[in-house]
Amino acid sequence: MADVIEITSDTFQGLVLESEKPVLVDFWAPWCGPCRMIAPVIEEIARDREDIVVGKVNVDDAPGIAQQYGIQGIPFIGLFQGGQLVKNAVGAMPRAGIEQALGLS
Amino acid sequence: MGDVNEVVIIGSGPAGLTAAIYAARAGLEPLVIEGYGAGGQLMITTDVENYPGFPDGVEGPEVMQLFRRQAERFGTRFITADVSRVDFSQRPYRVWVGDDEHAGNAVIVSTGASAKWLGIEGEQRMMGRGVSACATCDGFFFKDKPVVVVGGGDTAMEEAIYLTRMCESVTIVHRRHEFRASAIMAKRALENPKISVRWNSVVEDVEGDQVVTGVKVRDTETGVEDVIPAAAMFVAIGHQPNTSLFEGLLDMDDEGYLVTAPDSTYTNVAGVFACGDVQDTVYRQAVTAAGSGCMAAIDAERWLEAQEAGAHDHAGASASAD
Repeated sequence: MADVIEITSDTFQGLVLESEKPVLVDFWAPWCGPCRMIAPVIEEIARDREDIVVGKVNVDDAPGIAQQYGIQGIPFIGLFQGGQLVKNAVGAMPRAGIEQALGLS
Repeated sequence: MGDVNEVVIIGSGPAGLTAAIYAARAGLEPLVIEGYGAGGQLMITTDVENYPGFPDGVEGPEVMQLFRRQAERFGTRFITADVSRVDFSQRPYRVWVGDDEHAGNAVIVSTGASAKWLGIEGEQRMMGRGVSACATCDGFFFKDKPVVVVGGGDTAMEEAIYLTRMCESVTIVHRRHEFRASAIMAKRALENPKISVRWNSVVEDVEGDQVVTGVKVRDTETGVEDVIPAAAMFVAIGHQPNTSLFEGLLDMDDEGYLVTAPDSTYTNVAGVFACGDVQDTVYRQAVTAAGSGCMAAIDAERWLEAQEAGAHDHAGASASAD
């Protein structure tokens, strides 16, 4: 029962890399249609799952983070664990697809 | 099984939502299973310049938001999930979303179409690392770099023109010697100084290890292969209908488009109607999809009325026989 947390360049280190729980990060942008399409799915995951933290990074505001992880396509949904990007899914897909790609099913 | 809906609409692009507006206004309280791709292809279209009523153009997601609000206003209910299977063998027809079952006396199929891929190995390998089907999503990552767009239709032109805003250059690779895009879009692309075209060329492979470095093309007339240096390849080679749910249940043509009776939205199953790109092999426009969505709602409404009238006649006949 949680909301999707807004993550910025300033808070990425603390909220994602130093998090005790795994963090699902949705890299998105306002001009990306598929990102808008999957936004409700990400919110649903945030609401339903207690085992992870769910956040989003606007790549328009934080291009540095996207670059650091070699992101060249959005929506890019990454799972961070112990400060590392361990798994990811690219492109709009149903919830089951995202959870499967991230090893969360 | 819960209550039986009068109409279940699968899909929520211009066709499905127009069907919902008409069905809702007819008092049918439609249930729209809008899917995770809610809004359809216009959700990934930036500027819509040919939808009547928007003289200054409108953004695809914005116009779909308006469609949805209009459908909602008249009592449409929505489920934001994908349909996992359907059963059209007996009435009421049944539609499943995971384990949840929804029944409908009539079903309107408006599942639309999805972008096609080339189907080459390099494409799959570099997906999200320079291979994309959405210029508006991913063009941002290739500022001041050369990119390739594959295709020759309106979508390819639109993507190429959009990409010139941020990319150093755009090369359109097209397998024929002329575009099938509309004249205005083709002209805009050809006149753009940042766009060049490789005619009669097909993509053989995508070069690069971690990121795309080039696109290998073959000239179909000379057979000569070479590599166009590029940081990204955007694929815009058309669409395929989203009909895998209905295989073996509804009649389709060789390409998988649902077949409807002439001048109507009737499929081969009575009470199942199809509208929009899922059954349109010719026009595939937002406005034609909306038009056929209206047709489907009217067809469904009249069909339901006829069933009801038939049921009453039948009840009357058995009553008098008693």
